[in-house]
Amino acid sequence: MIQPVILWTDALVYLLVVVVVLFAFYARGREHLRAPWREVVRSRIAVASLVVLLFYTATGLLDSLHFRKVLPQQDGQQQVQYSGEVLSLLDELLGPMRTQEEKTYSAPFATHLYTKEAIIDADGRQTRDYPRLRYGGAHLADPASEKGADIRQRSLRALGQAGAVLLLLTAILALLLARRWRCSPLVALRRVLAGGSVVPWRTALAFVGLFLLLIALIANLSAWYHMLGTDKVGQDVLYQSIKSIRTGLVIGTLTTLVMLPFAVFLGMMAGYFRGWVDDVIQYLYTTLNSIPGVLLIAAAVLMMQVYMSNHPEMFETMAERADLRLLFLCLILGITSWTGLCRLLRGETLKLRELDYVQAADAFGVGRFTIMVRHLLPNLLHLVLIAVVLDFSGLVLAEAVLSYVGVGVDPTTMSWGNMINRARLEMAREPMVWWSLLAAFAFMFTLVLAANLFSDAVRDAFDPRLRAQR
Amino acid sequence: MFAYVVRRALYAIPILIGVNLITFVLFFVVNTPDDMARMHLGMKRVTPEAVQKWKAERGYDKPLLYNAEASGAGMLTDTIFFDKSVRLFAFDFGASDSGRDIGADIGQRMWPSLAIAVPVLLLGLLVYISFAMLLAFFRGSYLDLSGVVLCVVLMSISGLFYIIGGQYLFSKLLHLVPVSGYEPGWLAWRFVLLPVAIGVFAGIGSSSRWYRSIFLEEINRDYVRTARAKGLPETRLLFRHVLKNALVPILTGVVVVLPTLFMGNLILESFFGIPGLGSYTIEAIQNQDFAIVRAMVFLGSVLYILGLLLTDISYTLVDPRIRLS
Repeated sequence: MIQPVILWTDALVYLLVVVVVLFAFYARGREHLRAPWREVVRSRIAVASLVVLLFYTATGLLDSLHFRKVLPQQDGQQQVQYSGEVLSLLDELLGPMRTQEEKTYSAPFATHLYTKEAIIDADGRQTRDYPRLRYGGAHLADPASEKGADIRQRSLRALGQAGAVLLLLTAILALLLARRWRCSPLVALRRVLAGGSVVPWRTALAFVGLFLLLIALIANLSAWYHMLGTDKVGQDVLYQSIKSIRTGLVIGTLTTLVMLPFAVFLGMMAGYFRGWVDDVIQYLYTTLNSIPGVLLIAAAVLMMQVYMSNHPEMFETMAERADLRLLFLCLILGITSWTGLCRLLRGETLKLRELDYVQAADAFGVGRFTIMVRHLLPNLLHLVLIAVVLDFSGLVLAEAVLSYVGVGVDPTTMSWGNMINRARLEMAREPMVWWSLLAAFAFMFTLVLAANLFSDAVRDAFDPRLRAQR
Repeated sequence: MFAYVVRRALYAIPILIGVNLITFVLFFVVNTPDDMARMHLGMKRVTPEAVQKWKAERGYDKPLLYNAEASGAGMLTDTIFFDKSVRLFAFDFGASDSGRDIGADIGQRMWPSLAIAVPVLLLGLLVYISFAMLLAFFRGSYLDLSGVVLCVVLMSISGLFYIIGGQYLFSKLLHLVPVSGYEPGWLAWRFVLLPVAIGVFAGIGSSSRWYRSIFLEEINRDYVRTARAKGLPETRLLFRHVLKNALVPILTGVVVVLPTLFMGNLILESFFGIPGLGSYTIEAIQNQDFAIVRAMVFLGSVLYILGLLLTDISYTLVDPRIRLS
């Protein structure tokens, strides 16, 4: 009864997933590729941030399965009509959060609106008071006395559910580890809980537990309360924050996906062929680099806006339009950010091409292209990987700034930048509305911090030269 | 030296031509002036006459590259390309889409930008280097570890948060400085104080961590070990030898950004209502004033290339091992 919609970014996101999975299979059988990763997962910080990243990624992937629902059939209508609204699997899972809209601002866990309004009571008299919310705490007869107990009861239930799932996961982990370590599950369990395993499973379990608790809390409470309040038009802030995860991840990953072919291919060409090829490629990246990044992005996005507003017929739904804008933003960010990696790879290729094994391959008559792909590329991969993970957090932060400038994602796309942009004037309000801003910053901070810590671990594992300095 | 500088300056010309071509293609070929006019006028009021009028007022009604109607040199000069792109080389920015003289605007708005950017740079250098030295001095200790963790945490926080939080704390709660605005002359310090402080603070995380790694790289060198083996005290070693050598990459990194200081800080200026070039650019982007954006792109590129040139020269000045070739 639904029509799947594959947006451009969805397709690319899943392409990226396929690439990562294929690479994992490729790396499995190769010791030199496995060893650094094994070192990464030995670090407690890296494992903790990996768990955070995985939960964020899972949310983003769920939010990347889009479809349109069938509209209710009207009389005399033969064809099936699909709704213009594109939903994702995540929207279905979050259910009531999306639809339960209030009139305007309400504080986290509030039962009443944040602003006074004229209310006409049963006797026909008009008073100015804070009206009850339509959904938040609407199931309570007397919010003042019942709210605390209700929230506590639901939270306890969430705690129980999360604990049960965590216990189940721990048991499964103990069984799996017991098979690998060839010992009894109890011994394995004790070792994990004592922190005696090489891979810090205890840390991983603690963070998984934390996220399970958060999910359970959302599942138990979000239908009854606005856990992070509502914004100006009454939309749930928590829902917006969660939906923004996908935007952040898409910008952080697809941008690199876009720029990688340019950077790797051109960088290797410049370093390997030298001569005029090198000159042309150097000229290209110096020119692109010399335009201030924000201005180039702004100019390109402005031009795209003109194009889109003059060609409205190209987009069937709002979501497709917003999605294409997101993709275009990734493209532009990619074009402005490939130069750094390109320069780095060029320098490294210049060094590598003089090494004996490359010279030997050349002497054996191996073709230039084969040398580049078989002999140079594998030795550059660690640099590429480090650059990719290092760039990620910067891109997530850049999205917020660009959306503030007005050249970021489409205003209808939910993103932390848009949330901040809309909410920044709310700080001047009396009394202040702080929850939108803080929610956006907190969600962004968690992702960026995890990405930064993880990328540090990856860099240390893949670049032994740097390790000496720590 | 002189010949080298001239050669490097000549190398800048093809790059500027490239920048110019990119902006030209972006602004006039991807979308024709007609599209821009329609966008500006709004969908409802678009009539062919209105579009023509809009274009004529702003000089967009000429042919793109080649004017067949004009005679002589006018065939090439009486075109959009010459009028809007080639003139930039003479720093003749023309009028903005709303009719103001861009060149005069830039000359006027440059100073508030500098009033923010220069103190941020100098104070920032002082703070970041001191902090990084502190961490490098106590390397391997818990102080160092917690300092690095602090850096990672600080650099994971969005710059917007520092601005919004700082404005709220110092202006709204403590009433120490005005929320936003600007006043020319010496009275400006009241308005500049908070943006500068926030600008410096926002950079602590990434810069200090980077400087620390530069210091550590230097500390691990042979000459440091030799000096230590000969009995030089650690403080003297660090402040005399390590600092001096580590300043080479730090200062050359600073020289690159020196010219671009004129462009101002986009976000800081627009949040604090400072009438500098940064907020000028943002306003132009938000009002979709293409002429200003085009001028700023060109100006930014010129300044960046100037920065590269200065870097090359400063390298040779601070490090005699580097020969000009």
